[in-house]
Amino acid sequence: MNGSAQNGHGSGDDRELPEAELSERRDRLNRVLADHEEANAPSKGSKTGNAAGYGQAMKLSSEFIAGIVTGAGIGWILDQWLETSPFGLIIFLLLGFLAGVLNVLRSAGYVAEPNTGPRRKKPRDDGSNE
Amino acid sequence: MANDPIHQFQIQTIFPIEVGGMDFSFTNSSLFMVATVATTAAFLIFSTSGRGLVPTRLQSISEMSYEFVAGTLRDAAGTEGMRFFPMVFSLFMFVLIANLFGMFPYFFTVTSHIIVTFALAMLVILTVIIYGFMRNGIGFLKLFVPDGVPGALVPLVTLIEVISFLSRPISLSVRLFANMLAGHITLKVFAGFVVSLSAAGAVGVVGAILPLGMTIAITALEFLVAFLQAYVFTVLTCMYLNDAIHPSH
Repeated sequence: MNGSAQNGHGSGDDRELPEAELSERRDRLNRVLADHEEANAPSKGSKTGNAAGYGQAMKLSSEFIAGIVTGAGIGWILDQWLETSPFGLIIFLLLGFLAGVLNVLRSAGYVAEPNTGPRRKKPRDDGSNE
Repeated sequence: MANDPIHQFQIQTIFPIEVGGMDFSFTNSSLFMVATVATTAAFLIFSTSGRGLVPTRLQSISEMSYEFVAGTLRDAAGTEGMRFFPMVFSLFMFVLIANLFGMFPYFFTVTSHIIVTFALAMLVILTVIIYGFMRNGIGFLKLFVPDGVPGALVPLVTLIEVISFLSRPISLSVRLFANMLAGHITLKVFAGFVVSLSAAGAVGVVGAILPLGMTIAITALEFLVAFLQAYVFTVLTCMYLNDAIHPSH
């Protein structure tokens, strides 16, 4: 629990840090990412069969499509409502595309969840910390 | 018709019911939803009725499913998340049993219709939104503003985060629905090859061995997918509930 509390302090102060500490932080994040990939790699390698790849494909494609569909839907509704056709659809389709890419990267583990950094690994501490 | 892979997903009315010009008929889909709920309830009530300190086989199955869902929820949303346990457990059991029911020949797969999975996903997301606002008030909106983003980018990033949040029910429902639909169609197509090949004489019968083997393999895969999708649905539900409980850090 102590470790996670210190982590929380660290990430809170990070915003106004000098260049050197930022690059140190970048290195640390790169290392975490590399560890993460290493941890994931053997399990992917051992399950080269249909099941794992099929599941992954379904997961990523549904995330991506959902982002685009949602963006296009919002744009279309705004167009109907504000009579700005076709600009709402164009802008929100592009934003939906971005959201789809974000969803895919997030579910592939390359981008952290919006609200949790290193804590995702120890969610049990969340309740007791606050 | 026997070889039509889509035929199994057709809705058939069993008792027509009409209220105020709207169709509320009891269909084969409703029948299997009722059967799913009844089976789940009957199984859990029956298997835990003994309440032995040393569990029987059935009792340990229901205890295992309880422990499994409780562990998943506690890992993702913390101890506070346990107040949602009844909902999460019901969702898991409903999706799992509905998926497994679909594996019986001639049974209807409830979760292969997107409106059913979308209704389940909306239940989850509305719970997250309503509980999030009830518990955190306006602070729930912090969920959409990530830390450490340069000021100029905040509106854009927030907009993208909002769209990403709104896309959750869609991806949640599409994933479950697409897996069940695609799996059942594949199964039916390969099984259809066996029938049409073996009708083509001796060579066809020998040739039919290949799709037959494929059908068996896909059946095994489908059982895995049925469980896996119920689990994925549950895990994502727990993660979203965690956002409602702890929106900002």
